[in-house]
Amino acid sequence: MALDLVPIWTLILAIAVFMYVLLDGFDLGVGILFPFAPDEASRDLMMNSVAPIWDGNETWLVLGGIGLFAAFPIAFAIIMPAVYFPILVMLLGLLFRGVAFEFRPHAGSHKHYWNGAFFAGSLAATFAQGCVLGKYVRGFAVRDGQYVGSTLDWINPFVLAVGIGLVFGYMLLGATWLIMKTEGALQDWARGKARIALYGVLAFIAMVSIWTPQFEPSIAHRWFSWPNMLVLAPVPLITAALAWWVWRSLAGRQDFTPFIGAMGLFAMCYLGLGISLFPYVVPHAITLSDAAGAPQAQAFLLIGTLSLLPIIFMYVGWSYWVFRGKVRSDIGYH
Amino acid sequence: MEADPLFLSRLQFAFLIVFHFLLPAFTIGLATYIAVLEGVHLWTRNPVFLRISNFWIRIFAVSFGLGVVSGIVMPFQFGTNWSRYSEITSNIIAPLMGYEGLTAFFLEAAFLGVLLFGRKLVPPWAHFLSACLVAFGTLLSSFWILAANSWMHTPAGFELVNGIFIPTDWFAVIFNPSFLFRLMHTVTAVYLTTAFTVIGVAAYYLRGGRHVEESRVMLLMGIGLTTILVPLQLVLGDLHGINTLEHQPAKLAAMEGLWETGPGQPAVLFAIPDEQSESNHAEIAIPNLASWYLTHDSAGVVTGLKDFKPADRPPVVPVFVGFRVMVAMWAIMFLLTASAWYLKLKGRLFDSPRFLRACTWSIPVGYIAVTAGWVTTEAGRQPWTVQGLLRTADSVSPSLSGGDVIVSFVLYVIVYALIFGAGTFYLVRLARRGPRDTTEARDLRMGDRPARPMSAAIESEQ
Repeated sequence: MALDLVPIWTLILAIAVFMYVLLDGFDLGVGILFPFAPDEASRDLMMNSVAPIWDGNETWLVLGGIGLFAAFPIAFAIIMPAVYFPILVMLLGLLFRGVAFEFRPHAGSHKHYWNGAFFAGSLAATFAQGCVLGKYVRGFAVRDGQYVGSTLDWINPFVLAVGIGLVFGYMLLGATWLIMKTEGALQDWARGKARIALYGVLAFIAMVSIWTPQFEPSIAHRWFSWPNMLVLAPVPLITAALAWWVWRSLAGRQDFTPFIGAMGLFAMCYLGLGISLFPYVVPHAITLSDAAGAPQAQAFLLIGTLSLLPIIFMYVGWSYWVFRGKVRSDIGYH
Repeated sequence: MEADPLFLSRLQFAFLIVFHFLLPAFTIGLATYIAVLEGVHLWTRNPVFLRISNFWIRIFAVSFGLGVVSGIVMPFQFGTNWSRYSEITSNIIAPLMGYEGLTAFFLEAAFLGVLLFGRKLVPPWAHFLSACLVAFGTLLSSFWILAANSWMHTPAGFELVNGIFIPTDWFAVIFNPSFLFRLMHTVTAVYLTTAFTVIGVAAYYLRGGRHVEESRVMLLMGIGLTTILVPLQLVLGDLHGINTLEHQPAKLAAMEGLWETGPGQPAVLFAIPDEQSESNHAEIAIPNLASWYLTHDSAGVVTGLKDFKPADRPPVVPVFVGFRVMVAMWAIMFLLTASAWYLKLKGRLFDSPRFLRACTWSIPVGYIAVTAGWVTTEAGRQPWTVQGLLRTADSVSPSLSGGDVIVSFVLYVIVYALIFGAGTFYLVRLARRGPRDTTEARDLRMGDRPARPMSAAIESEQ
């Protein structure tokens, strides 16, 4: 055995999941904000701002799912049945909001149904993803490499709280995306909503940070033992600084800063999560190396991933570049 | 009776994949057709091709959206309902699906955005290139997913270590014995599905005397393609059948409705197979014909179902019926194409109401054929998920209860009924409206640039 591929696959999977959270995060967030928009013309603009890119964003979810399946199959086989219902709700939500993009312009007097489907689907998918995340942090009942809990184990106050927290999180990404992509009254409206979302996000970050060490001693030990406390101190400090920066930029007139700051907040939370759970891929039962697939399979897919991901970043970047700047109302194909 | 999570999970998977596959069955061919139309327009500057392309792009957008969202559901089914299968086969199946995502999904998604929304934002050649890359992406996707599917039928290039499949030769895994046959047969089938949809829509306008210029082009292009692909599909289907005889003889016996092993097997045209009595009722058959087309020798020996233990036999009725429905759909395609040539030679291709009506009524034949073919091949693989090596019963997630799967299945059925129902409604409405409306609305929009987005679509609604 020449090379241990587990670290690089951990990194790739971490990147894929993070790309998904950021990218589909903002377009799901736009969906969550949808019914609160000032008027129908604003809703048209909001939808147009994500219409050309949303399915590319959702492709990261497929890549994350299949990446877990390929690189850590044992984790895939344990986690997926455990979160059977959150995954079901997420998929049904994504179905409704996905078709709303295409059906709404053709729906005539039934347009408001698809407005509702876009909102409800986005909200349900986000909440369900938050529940998956919450359940992930809580951990899974595992014996002999098999999931031995029930399909209802995820119903738990902490898990549901994380679900609500992620709704605020995606709302923040969506609102700051709209600040970047729109102007005038709609942009002012988005600034207001971003501020509300930011308060929600900060409240949930604080709550989860206090709550998690209560039920999971290993996480408490990781954060509060010496010298970890000193080494890890920058994580909460940078998060606090970013929060202040986003809050300031929402009060000012910057277009880009709020979105960049919001992405930074997500990055810090994600980093904190990684630090808390490493080296588990099925918290707190199975480590990354114990769940790894055969090296032959990991190596084969790695060749393609390392050569194709840079190309994907290039042309996905180009497609974002084509639709750069403030969203226009006249580029549809309809 | 206790609800069986295995049976319900199979039902759920079959339901989800059949509805999902109706979309790629249409959009793979349509993506190529749009790329061809865009290319011809770029080359000849003849605006009729642009009008046809714009019309189909709108239909493509709605169908592709449905295909994407119903496709995202699929890989998660592996984990939620088939976790044992996932764990045992992941080293083979997951990298193939990973390559599908890396090579196809991002390509499709990124360039679809430019194809749909970018005509005014990028140069014409870049727009054409985007159309080509979307089409290329759909074909790459077929390549990888059918490689994975074929491996389940004819596994190769692996060893079993502690009950887990470990790849030893990736070339053998991908180009497993049934892969190229299945790929060619399936891609031809989906191109035919698109062709008969385009033909049927064109015939609908011609009957009403609308969009005559566009419809003639569409009808000619469609018949041109089916003239090549319908006969070709007969050859490819035959080759695939012979491949099945070699590698999955139990499936083939069920397709043919053969119980006894022997020489000079008949081609069973009609029968009611009975698994209890291990025989066919009300059988109508042509002697020796099956041996002839399967072994190319009218006295050739073909194995019957009784040579397999009952526990290793596929369910006979769906495989037997599915195969016959598929062949019947091919016969309709053949008759339509032959009639088109007969009418063309008599100079009446565009004005025979009976032929045009038949074309419109035949829009579903491709969809029925691919679904029937899918049922034939997948039910024919039972009782295995990996032929001869991993049983379906050993593939299901052990933690699931029957109640869990009833809840999910019922929800999927309700949601799919709503979404596919609405989708069909909007697609039919878009198709009925036809191509010219698009350009009129577009010209209008170019002229006075209304402030509201998507107003072209909304105006034409009102």
